[in-house]
Amino acid sequence: MPKIIKQQRLADDEWKVLQLAENETPHTVRLPVGPLLVPLAVWRARKEELIHRNWEHHEPLGVWLSPGEGPEAIAADLDDFTLVAVHFPKLADGRGYSTARLLRERYGYRNELRAFGDVGQDQLFFLDRVGFDSFSIKESDEDAIEALAAFAAFPEAYQAAANQPQPLFRRRAI
Amino acid sequence: MYRYDAIDRSIVAARVAQFRDQTRRYLAGKLSEDEFRPLRLQNGLYVEKNGPMLRIAIPYGQINAAQLDKLAGITRRYDRGYGHFTTRQNIQLNWVKLPEVPELLAELAEVDMHAIQTSGSVIRNVTTDHYAGVSADEIADPRPYAEILRQWSTLHPEFAFLPRKFKIAVSGSTTDRAAIRVHDVGLQLAQRDGAIGFQVYVGGGLGRTPLIGEEVKSFLPWPHLLTYLEAVLRVYNRYGRRDNLYKARIKILVQALGVREFARQVEEEWQHLKDGPQTLTEAELARVAAHFAPPEYETLPADDLCQLAHLREDKPYGRWVERNVRAHKVPGYASVTLSLKKPGVAPGDATAEQLEAVADLARRYSHGEVRVSHEQNLVLADVPQRELYTVWHRAKAAGLATPTIGLLADLITCPGGDFCELANARSIPVAGDILQRFDDLDYLHDIGELDLNISGCMNGCGHNAVGHIGILGVEKHGEEWYQVSLGGNQGNAAAVGQAIGPAIPAAEVTNVIERLIATYLALRHAGERFIDTVQRLGHTPFRDAAYQAPSHEEDRRVRYA
Repeated sequence: MPKIIKQQRLADDEWKVLQLAENETPHTVRLPVGPLLVPLAVWRARKEELIHRNWEHHEPLGVWLSPGEGPEAIAADLDDFTLVAVHFPKLADGRGYSTARLLRERYGYRNELRAFGDVGQDQLFFLDRVGFDSFSIKESDEDAIEALAAFAAFPEAYQAAANQPQPLFRRRAI
Repeated sequence: MYRYDAIDRSIVAARVAQFRDQTRRYLAGKLSEDEFRPLRLQNGLYVEKNGPMLRIAIPYGQINAAQLDKLAGITRRYDRGYGHFTTRQNIQLNWVKLPEVPELLAELAEVDMHAIQTSGSVIRNVTTDHYAGVSADEIADPRPYAEILRQWSTLHPEFAFLPRKFKIAVSGSTTDRAAIRVHDVGLQLAQRDGAIGFQVYVGGGLGRTPLIGEEVKSFLPWPHLLTYLEAVLRVYNRYGRRDNLYKARIKILVQALGVREFARQVEEEWQHLKDGPQTLTEAELARVAAHFAPPEYETLPADDLCQLAHLREDKPYGRWVERNVRAHKVPGYASVTLSLKKPGVAPGDATAEQLEAVADLARRYSHGEVRVSHEQNLVLADVPQRELYTVWHRAKAAGLATPTIGLLADLITCPGGDFCELANARSIPVAGDILQRFDDLDYLHDIGELDLNISGCMNGCGHNAVGHIGILGVEKHGEEWYQVSLGGNQGNAAAVGQAIGPAIPAAEVTNVIERLIATYLALRHAGERFIDTVQRLGHTPFRDAAYQAPSHEEDRRVRYA
């Protein structure tokens, strides 16, 4: 089973990531059994069916957002998801960092928040700070153990963020 | 200036360790070129023509003597014994070797310096007025706010992968000496009903599409500085264009939405953040401001008598004082600009020996502190007038006393095609040619104040767009040509210059400048600066003169007619 980093440890990844192939549509794509992470378009097209699977068959449900899909799109549905994931097709596309903070700080999302795609150990510190708590990273499982050190890359941070709501200047003052 | 505490130091030390590990993994083939690029850029490391170039941060241009001494040692040990001060108050080393960079950064960290976010698509070094704290026209000292912004922007987790670079400048005076209107965000300190706050401009910038920043908030009370900027950055991070490198700066987003709609979106975002934990406190402002408390000034007469005598008796000294010495808000003191411009040297370059000489001058005469100006000079801000004559002699001995501050020969220049991978043309030889030709001090002083700015490409690092005369390098059939513009301006009257006609070959640039100057001298009214005459008459007489192409000899006759 593939590994992910979850709660700063290596863990098995039970989720299937549903990605639409070119000849598939959100309405017709087959939904495999098991914990399923669907694209936003499939969530929008098949809400009732997905909720039914979740309730009746206890199949965990997740949704993933592409960089241009803001958290507003799922803000009202957050209770339905065990997992929300944000895709980083390119390392340099940093929109997902804002998405994560908004999900955590504005919309109060508390379940698992995952980053996947072109992310690796050198992004972990920032991703952790903006609220991600699981990571499907590029490194091999062997290197992933080494990568865990990245969570402690810096002893302190100046700004408020999802994992530390008080900026340093408010904590420094105490 | 701001002194690091144990926390600041631990963050910089951690960055050195992190970059050491990243470099190791890159050299071992574990990180690809594409993966390593953003990491090294966020540490100021470019790969240029001669190999890597390292840009070291000088936060808002403030540096102390110990740091200058360290830089001098570093340029000798890791480079070729000199550095280049940039228009954003940083310093660049052109000849470093990648495997040595982690060690270099570790040495820098010993004096609380680093290269964090001096490049890359991140919030860059915050810049400000080089006369901050010593200028009579100051509303409030901008440095505490600049330092607060430095801390907030350092390793900001949400804004590490912006669409493009992001530059913030702060001005605390009624006269803008920080070029705030050509920054992504320009902050003008202001006072309203006894409270301090900021007038906020967004969307200025040089480069391919030079634009003057527009006001998005007329008065932002200072406690809201960070929450408001976080809203600006979030709107930009989410909605700025990422499909085209040349359209990715925030100015393009502001233009596309219109400034009113952009301001509305920021306001909406801000409503969620306003009054949250990042709202600044009196205690934090006081803590940071204490680092910038004025030094203990002596009580001195407004004019030092010896100094006045030297002025009468020593003409070269008088000329230096006229251009390079500025009035200080405290009686009996002055601010001295040490020029990094002279024929034969790339503008902004300083040798290791000069860095040490500046450190020594700072220790003896200016409380051990120095500022870097965005015009690529160095400033001793707090010199007692009675020491000026000695400072002049020592500065002269170190080659730092060219008496041309604010004149044509005080030109701003990017590194250009000699060093930079992006450049279309060289800029240092063009600057050199101009400095050789305009070497007559009487003539330069007669021409008076003039901003001549040179860039080797559209990116405009040499601020060509806001030069009274701007020179822009372009490539034409594999050759270096130059586009001349007129009417640009920095500061409160910021304006983008307009090209006066077709590009000209390198050999013609200095001749054209001579003709532009001759036209000005012939047409100026008493007391008019070059830019004033250009604004009064428009470009036509200048363009006609520039392209009439008389021979060089004829031109000289016009000049002395």
